[in-house]
Amino acid sequence: MTADTDTRGQVALRHLSKAFMLNGQPLPVLRNLSLDIRAGESLAIVGPSGCGKTTLLRLLAGLEQADSGQVLIDGRPIRGVGTERAVIYQEPRLLPWLTVLENVAFGLEVRGIGRGAAQDRARHHIRLVGLADFEGAYPRQLSGGMAQRVGIARALTVQPEILLLDEPLGALDAMTKLTMQEELTRIWAEEGVTMILVTHDLEEAIFLADRVLVLSRDQGVGPRLIDVDLPRPRDRSQQDFVAMRRQLMAEFGLH
Amino acid sequence: MTLQHLDTPVRRIRGLPAPPVRAFLSRYGLVFAFLALWQVSGTLGWISPAVLPPLDAILGALWTGIASGALVDDIAISLQRAGLAFGAAVALGIPLGLLMGQLRPVECALDPILQLFRQTSALALYPVFILLLGLGETSKVFVIFWATLFPTLLATIGGVKQVDRKLIEMAESYGAGRLQVFRRVVLPASVPAIFVGLRLSATTALLLLIAAEMIGANKGIGFQVMNAQYNFQIPLMFAAILLMAGLGLAANAVLVLLQRRLCRWSLD
Repeated sequence: MTADTDTRGQVALRHLSKAFMLNGQPLPVLRNLSLDIRAGESLAIVGPSGCGKTTLLRLLAGLEQADSGQVLIDGRPIRGVGTERAVIYQEPRLLPWLTVLENVAFGLEVRGIGRGAAQDRARHHIRLVGLADFEGAYPRQLSGGMAQRVGIARALTVQPEILLLDEPLGALDAMTKLTMQEELTRIWAEEGVTMILVTHDLEEAIFLADRVLVLSRDQGVGPRLIDVDLPRPRDRSQQDFVAMRRQLMAEFGLH
Repeated sequence: MTLQHLDTPVRRIRGLPAPPVRAFLSRYGLVFAFLALWQVSGTLGWISPAVLPPLDAILGALWTGIASGALVDDIAISLQRAGLAFGAAVALGIPLGLLMGQLRPVECALDPILQLFRQTSALALYPVFILLLGLGETSKVFVIFWATLFPTLLATIGGVKQVDRKLIEMAESYGAGRLQVFRRVVLPASVPAIFVGLRLSATTALLLLIAAEMIGANKGIGFQVMNAQYNFQIPLMFAAILLMAGLGLAANAVLVLLQRRLCRWSLD
């Protein structure tokens, strides 16, 4: 099966299960999860800590292996990490001995692209995240928000079909977080990538996602999918947005 | 609502010297005070000049020694011994440390014997080395090498092991293989720790150099310290000690300079 260009970035989860060993007892975190994610879709995964949302993202990234089941990308099962996926972590994970430009070019260089070509492409994405004046700066000279932008630029530079984000804004202050949510929306729209985002911030999930996957720690309650049927650009104070947030909070027994 | 100005103008306290002079004094003032006290206590006879000669006498002896070429030979042979040993320790310690830090089985197998060797004083082993290698240069260089190896080796192992797992995972998620992870993440991340080891090793090398030369040599700065004392040439003895201190400072300065160039990202 070959994927044509319009459908590149499709993700299919087929009966995924994963358990961790805790004191010799298997602790299941994902049980028989199946889900189809459309190409170019923005999916948020929310849930309490320990519900397996980060584990799911790591399975998608190929950093961990499922006990059973498959992850298919564009119809093909994944084996480990792949060039069509890029991960953005909660911490920017920049190499402190490299400049912003070198950090952003790192992903391409690791994949065998020459330094000059890699840096040319890196410059484009550094401009995209608004850090053109900081190409020569070292990570320790950057604020938390700027460092995270560098991490985002590094992921975009390898031109992935799928961006995997593990609580990417979780460590930022409230103001920076709001700005970065807008930035992520813009980048997602411009790059046309599939975006899968783990977050514990329900408002962030509604602001960014087309659909929200709610995972639960409770064995009896299965995963639920919620459509975020709101027009873009989204307005956090708009009535429908607020209603959506109330609905999602009710999923967790919150008011 | 009223606006309050919170910034009060900075007042300069009168009578204090300009900032660069002040910075210099606060850093080196005590050293100069110490040297001045030394000089004065000798010339004013607070301490017998026969035991603690004034600085000008020591510097005079140093100059005579260097100008006549007598001390130059000692400096050369000492530098050669310490340099060879240090070079060998670095050449073995860094690669072995990188290997042990990366591969758990290698570390597991080698760690107990290295701990045993490390805890055995190198000076206690010197007679053994003399028995095995003879009284010549080899045993001296070897005992210095032996003691110098461990700081670099252990610092390198520690440096490799404390590399942030998250950075390694990041590199792997971009498809980096083992060799790339090593070259692009582990190695650069270990450099600051390796330098800590190198500086400790340099200090150890000079320490062992003096001990080895005091025990069984007829040349070298350490030999001069002992020899001058036997012959009651106290200014010359202090000159040799001063020379050692100078060598130590110079070695450290070179390493600090190299570290600044290689790890600009981690400093200030």
